[in-house]
Amino acid sequence: MITEIIFAVGFIILAPFIGALIGGMDRKVTARMQGRVGPPVLQPLYDVFKLFEKEKAVVRNEVNFYIFSYLIFVAFTGALFFSGSDILLVIFALTLAHVFLILGAYATTSPYSHIGAERELLQLMAVEPMLILAAAGFYMATGSFAVKDIALWPEPLFMTIPLLFVGIVYVLTIQLRKSPFDLATTHHAHQELVKGLTTEFAGPTLGMVEIAHLYETVFFLGLVWLFFASMPWLGLLVVIVVYFLEILVDNTTTRVRWQVMLRSAWLVALVAGAINLGVLALL
Amino acid sequence: MSYITKSPWIIHYDGSSCNGCDIEVLACLTPLYDLERFGIVNTGNPKHADVFLVTGGINAQSEAVVKNTYEQMPDPKVVVAVGICACTGGVFRECYNIIGGVDKVIPVDVYVPGCAARPESIIDGVVRALGILDEKRAKMAEKGGK
Repeated sequence: MITEIIFAVGFIILAPFIGALIGGMDRKVTARMQGRVGPPVLQPLYDVFKLFEKEKAVVRNEVNFYIFSYLIFVAFTGALFFSGSDILLVIFALTLAHVFLILGAYATTSPYSHIGAERELLQLMAVEPMLILAAAGFYMATGSFAVKDIALWPEPLFMTIPLLFVGIVYVLTIQLRKSPFDLATTHHAHQELVKGLTTEFAGPTLGMVEIAHLYETVFFLGLVWLFFASMPWLGLLVVIVVYFLEILVDNTTTRVRWQVMLRSAWLVALVAGAINLGVLALL
Repeated sequence: MSYITKSPWIIHYDGSSCNGCDIEVLACLTPLYDLERFGIVNTGNPKHADVFLVTGGINAQSEAVVKNTYEQMPDPKVVVAVGICACTGGVFRECYNIIGGVDKVIPVDVYVPGCAARPESIIDGVVRALGILDEKRAKMAEKGGK
């Protein structure tokens, strides 16, 4: 029990800093790919601290409540995951967090924000089946939904559920808001919807969204690592390779329409899930 | 040294210029000058921006847009007038539709003359604006403290 609390608290304190370092290196590598020098590695932290120096300007007071709930539930998701709790609960907490973000965007009056919120709903729809199938795969492979039991499984789960790993990496692009699936909002300079989902968030409100994104990055990379949990260093290497591939894809593709995102994500989930879970059931 | 000077986000608006200065603003973001080295990001969104770059003189049509954009930016914020038209109206100042420089509509903190303003001078102007931005932040923090 005490180790679980330590892991949960450790995640809540350390994850934003780890996420910021990952984000900073992401921006550095992206800049190098474009032949630029790029910002300092700590830039995401500077950005967040700056946002909290700005004026508290908000369209409606509810927005702050929704975005604060988003941040709390994203932190809660990661804390549940890293303390070894039930993976289904983790997925539902993540969905709840995103529902709060969408409500926050709908509570503003801007059409850009509204379309961003609709696209975020579609992204959520695209990602959710794959996450549930991955949870089912973890259960069929180890006989437990608890992240703790899955992580302590003696052999890498990648060996039994490789297709689900591929599926998770595919939806990772959607969750990390990377091109070609950065429909709702993007980290790149311009988008056809101004800034989509986050258009109406300013100052500290945007800062909370940014911190939540740092938490999410660490959580999702943790989920990728879980497939190799019995060999921690190999897992870390895989996480680095996967993230590098995400950056590469981010820089070499253009944004797709939502139909392509939704269909391809569901197709990947269906094919990977049906084949992998089918084989597991037959064995 | 505060964080706002390490992460100033920019919005640029073309009042009624010939587009020359606007192109030079965008040139600052290319690999050759790479403004992102200083943490500067070009946002298209006034609610995320700290620095407002305006090019070209202001005419009757762009007046409301400039005012609206300026008002939507959360404090602290600075305005940089890029190019001689944005500073004074330039060669168009006598035109019947031109109101004048940007300072006729909103308070301007830094003037960057030139036709077109070179990327080096635009970067210099933005860096000077950061000093003013920091002063404004300190004043705001003082007010909030009381």
